[in-house]
Amino acid sequence: MNRFMKWFHKLGSPPWFYRFSGRMLPWLTGLFVITLAYGLYGGLVLAPADYQQGDSFRIIYVHVPAAWMGMFVYMVMAAAALVHLVWRMKMADVVLISSAPIGASFAFIALVTGSLWGKPMWGTWWTWDARLTSELLLLFIYLGIIALHAAVEDRQSAGRATAVLTLVGVVNIPIIHYSVVWWNTLHQGTTVARLDGPAIDPQMLWPLLSMAIAFKLYYFIAMMLKARGEILARETRSSWVRELVGGA
Amino acid sequence: MSVWQAFIELIKRDLRLAMRRRAEIANPLLFFVMVIVLFPLGVGAEPNLLERMSAGVVWVAALLAALLTLDSIFRSDFEDGTLEQLLLSAQPLSVMVLAKVTAHWLVTGLPLLLIAPLLGMLLGLKQEAMGTLMLSLLLGTPVLSLIGAIGVALTVGLRRAGVILSLLVLPLYVPVLIFGAAAVDAAASGLPVSGQLYILAAFLAMALSLAPVAAAAALRISLS
Repeated sequence: MNRFMKWFHKLGSPPWFYRFSGRMLPWLTGLFVITLAYGLYGGLVLAPADYQQGDSFRIIYVHVPAAWMGMFVYMVMAAAALVHLVWRMKMADVVLISSAPIGASFAFIALVTGSLWGKPMWGTWWTWDARLTSELLLLFIYLGIIALHAAVEDRQSAGRATAVLTLVGVVNIPIIHYSVVWWNTLHQGTTVARLDGPAIDPQMLWPLLSMAIAFKLYYFIAMMLKARGEILARETRSSWVRELVGGA
Repeated sequence: MSVWQAFIELIKRDLRLAMRRRAEIANPLLFFVMVIVLFPLGVGAEPNLLERMSAGVVWVAALLAALLTLDSIFRSDFEDGTLEQLLLSAQPLSVMVLAKVTAHWLVTGLPLLLIAPLLGMLLGLKQEAMGTLMLSLLLGTPVLSLIGAIGVALTVGLRRAGVILSLLVLPLYVPVLIFGAAAVDAAASGLPVSGQLYILAAFLAMALSLAPVAAAAALRISLS
């Protein structure tokens, strides 16, 4: 516990985070390239074509990991929001706001690929399917968070206001999701055979898991890069940044 | 002054202020009526179509009207400094927020609820569903005000808060809309509605207990 608390406090220090992320990035990038390469090769080449959907099912290797990441990034943001409000940790604020655009892009990618997949499978670009609808609402919540952060001029209160909104959202997301599921079953019933019914073949599953890990790694890489930039921008006047850039 | 006394006094003050500016009470109602009138003009006046849509249309219009009035929960008090005094007072801020939201709902939500059956009738909503429409609005509109209070508290310090407020708040309104409209729909088709109403009541209980705390935290940030 003690060691954990020490690590936790270190993580809150911008210079430490900057050095730590600098050391982590090459490793993360290496792992990302490996998992992405295996995931893409396995998914697009090795995996057999689906007996019903043919080759068009292969979009699953982007769609499903992106949809998972939409939720995962929000959970990271909610945790960061809690840490920020309770311990006033500067880094939590940086992580929160660096994550928001990435999470929004994942949600957007999930929607676009879902739509592209829907056209050949369901014959329409968009159906008010429960999952698509709640993914869309999740995207709106992300955009609201980004808009609020951009609108508040004072950096500090922008961070804290965003943290409050993120926590309000995390209480609401499950409610929204289940309301939409309930609404959907009431209004139209599932007319669409979902993919997740039948057990998935291991040859298709392993590349999918690999892609899921690759997406997670990509998120951490992108978030760290953004966070590093944000730290440098915020701490321009501090001595360690001056030393780093070699200025006087 | 006890917390309860302060709560009542604050409601009385807000109601008195609202009574002096009656036009501001009437405007959202007018908006509500106009939105409802736009629908038949837009989609055509076939009675079957309108009847099928009536529950949802009334609920969406009520939601938009509620959204339109949200800003007034804290705006004028923020501008004249009353809000800072509330923050400094010895009373718990979340209770004060609840008082302000209650007063706001009495001024904006309650009139909405009272004219809703009239508008339902314009759209051909069945007589049997009128009671459910009012009951669902009675349970649902306070939730809209409570969730909205969080959004207003977050944006009260901003110059152009209107659009951002709706971006923040509308996704959070979705569950209330779904169950509110579903209750009315079920009543119109002669189905039992207790399930939907219980869920709306659960939303209300949850919003009553959590939203004032979140809004108070947000106000502290906006005013710091």
